[in-house]
Amino acid sequence: MEDSKQTTSKTDRFKSLLDIMKMNISDYFMFFALVVIMIFFTITTDGVFISSRNISNLINQMGYIAVLAVGMTLIIVIRHIELSVGYLAGFLGAFAAIAMTFWGWPVFAVIPAVMVLGMLAGMLTATPVAKLGVPAFVSTMAAGLVYRGALLLVTMGTGTIVIRDPIFNAIGNGFIPDLPFLGGILPGRHKLTLIFGLIAIILYIISAIRGRKTKKSYNFTVTNPGLFIVQLVVISALIGYIAWILSGYNGISWSLVILMLVVLVFQFITTKTPLGRHIYAVGGNPEAAELSGISVSKITYIVFGAMGLLASLSGIMYASRLRSATTTAGLGFETDAIAAAFVGGVSAAGGVGTIIGSIIGALVMMSLTSGMNLMGIDISIQYIVRGLVLVLAVVFDRITRRNR
Amino acid sequence: MEKPILEMKSITKEFPGVKALDDVTFSVRKGEIHCLVGENGAGKSTLMKVLSGVHPYGSYSGDIFVEGELQKFNSIRESENAGIAIIYQELALIPELSVYENIFLGNELTNGIVIDSNESIKQAVEILKKVGLDVNPLTKIKDLGVGKQQLVEIAKALKKEVKILILDEPTAALNETDSDNLLHLIQGLKDQGVTCILISHKLREVLAIADTVTVLRDGKTVVTLDAHKDVVNEPILIKHMVGRSIDNVYPKREKKPFGKETLRLEKWCAYSYALGRDILKEINLNVHAGEIVGIAGLMGSGRTELAKSIFGNPDHFRVSGKVFIDGVEQKFRDPADAIKASLAYVTEDRKGNGLILIDDVRHNITLANLKEITEGGVINENEEILVANQYRTQLGIKTPSIEQKVRNLSGGNQQKVSLGKWLFVHPGVLILDEPTRGIDVGAKYEIYTLMNSLVDQGMSILMISSELPEILGMSDRIYVMSAGRINGEMPAEDATQEAIMELAVDY
Repeated sequence: MEDSKQTTSKTDRFKSLLDIMKMNISDYFMFFALVVIMIFFTITTDGVFISSRNISNLINQMGYIAVLAVGMTLIIVIRHIELSVGYLAGFLGAFAAIAMTFWGWPVFAVIPAVMVLGMLAGMLTATPVAKLGVPAFVSTMAAGLVYRGALLLVTMGTGTIVIRDPIFNAIGNGFIPDLPFLGGILPGRHKLTLIFGLIAIILYIISAIRGRKTKKSYNFTVTNPGLFIVQLVVISALIGYIAWILSGYNGISWSLVILMLVVLVFQFITTKTPLGRHIYAVGGNPEAAELSGISVSKITYIVFGAMGLLASLSGIMYASRLRSATTTAGLGFETDAIAAAFVGGVSAAGGVGTIIGSIIGALVMMSLTSGMNLMGIDISIQYIVRGLVLVLAVVFDRITRRNR
Repeated sequence: MEKPILEMKSITKEFPGVKALDDVTFSVRKGEIHCLVGENGAGKSTLMKVLSGVHPYGSYSGDIFVEGELQKFNSIRESENAGIAIIYQELALIPELSVYENIFLGNELTNGIVIDSNESIKQAVEILKKVGLDVNPLTKIKDLGVGKQQLVEIAKALKKEVKILILDEPTAALNETDSDNLLHLIQGLKDQGVTCILISHKLREVLAIADTVTVLRDGKTVVTLDAHKDVVNEPILIKHMVGRSIDNVYPKREKKPFGKETLRLEKWCAYSYALGRDILKEINLNVHAGEIVGIAGLMGSGRTELAKSIFGNPDHFRVSGKVFIDGVEQKFRDPADAIKASLAYVTEDRKGNGLILIDDVRHNITLANLKEITEGGVINENEEILVANQYRTQLGIKTPSIEQKVRNLSGGNQQKVSLGKWLFVHPGVLILDEPTRGIDVGAKYEIYTLMNSLVDQGMSILMISSELPEILGMSDRIYVMSAGRINGEMPAEDATQEAIMELAVDY
């Protein structure tokens, strides 16, 4: 009797697991698509794609778009769009270059100054949107024109401004140092990267076990122990594998450090804090949010301010990567960021879209570029493929969501 | 007996996890007014969607015969061509276009290429006559009242030859006068030979005009009654709808002396910049702890505006006068201030501005009071689950889980989620705006019972309602509004529907 009860509850659990998987298929789909794309390119390039060097490069190339995609996600979640961030990033990169090269500001003053400037710029663009209901499309497009002009203006006399500050240039090109005294063990591997990987795994396991314990203390049902262990093993293996790949080249880059910090902070805010809830509520139904005591205009300012801040980071990362500020910096960044967000499952109708999703979206788009470059595919075809992938991702998203 | 114009035989329609219609048989005679009643979720709308081709042939099982011929509709257009027109609860008119443009929307009259406005207008006038609507066809829809918009919608349906006209809750948004006009019109159409299928929650309307009534419950046909032969009255219909008899629609509560005054308005005025006129004029009212105060009035009398202007004024009217909460004068800058002062407002339009439909039950319930479950800046999701489940149990919200998206719930359950959300802010004064609009009899009863237990615990309730029986059945005291002012105040014991209506129509 007892036994039969057990089995039914197990099959029930398995069924409910299947249901959950079906429900969330669109949430996980892009992750599977990313894995498939990566395996595809690994095969077609005889393993070059998945090599430590290429993955490391891919992440560094993606960094400045990915941070924009994080901000763009929130912008689209609250039913707006930001078309000025590309040129804002370009202009702020040039501002940083000028401040360091011509004004002689120290790098540790330039970076926070640029970040504050970015945030203010974002909030300024948001003002007509938040206060008067001007469409963000118009307000941000106008701001983009202004920043484009400003970028041309400041680089007019000099053309490209070369940045010589080694610390600044390390942001886009450098890697975290290794531990010299561990030289003998695992030759050719970046030890600190592996240690960080291990720490990440340990932290993950501890927090997962803790979360499960608290849930139990509330008498909530938890995933059964077998499944829970499988989940721990899979995710730990994933973290370990990524750390292993990165350790085979130069280890964790500073770009990746910045990107991870941005993702951690924004993931935390959006999923764990009242501010995050308020952002999604405003996106889901602005009127209902206002009547629930949430100030829609305040949220608009905050989200656009955060976007501006991230645009400044993007500008810094890009200028650092090129070791210079150019007249065309930032061209088309906003389009790439918007594409990454949509591939990652953001809905233009508002209220839907995650930070992690957009990062996966950015990875998908960047993997396509990198993989096709390695295969020697012409740039013309690359654009067409990326366009098709974008539309397919959104179409798939629409179809799976409609069935729910 | 006349041959049926429409027969739907053994219709079964399943959605993932739900059998919306289970072997439903539905037969309509030519030229009759056939009412379809049932609780929310009983399958009325689904049945009509099957009939009109919204759910195409093949997505359901069973057969549809129109005038004896088997029909396989794949789209609305195909059902329209067969003479079936459907008018939905939510109006499908374009506010910025004129009456005639809306009437011919999708079927524009052209001279080959260009729209023939003159011919369209001429024909529009003819069609408008049929529905007894005397407006200039060049008027924009947004400049018409809801009642007239409803008539335009019907005119739009009638421009083609219609054999069967389906109306889904046509009077839900109308006041009594407009409702009566509409019912007259439906009877007029019947005389012109149009067969009407009417879905309605308002049983009095059904009793007034139906030739035949079919009751659906849980996706099954319960009974079809002939209004001219069988005994048809409200208790009988309700009994069939809910499967049990509700002896008293309005549960009684024990009379207790009221507590202190919790809400008072003095010379409360509001001016709308959007409309360019005063919408509230010198309103004085008060509510006590443990009291339900009803606000009656016709559509457009300023009841919802009154609620919103008190509740932090999100529409930015220019307001003057004084608001006192628990005897202390308050000046609210936004709804957040009002919530802090222990006010809560359950909106009239739960889908439009009450709930986040794409979010789940849990998040909706906690949205207005996240700080209670936040520790050190982080939301405690486990506490949140407890809270959500507590309200789910207390209010009897029927949902598979608190992770269910609110848009997948029925109207009554959505309303309960909305109530749960506002009870979680632990209000002293609860403003309910049309608390039972569009929800079924069973859920209504539950909401009334809940209101009674809330005032019993000392809460104050200000209830806005268009349904006079509800106002009379639930209130301790009643204010009647008309054209932005309070036209009268009376204790519920002395009030009658006639007395209220007299004040409501007195401008």
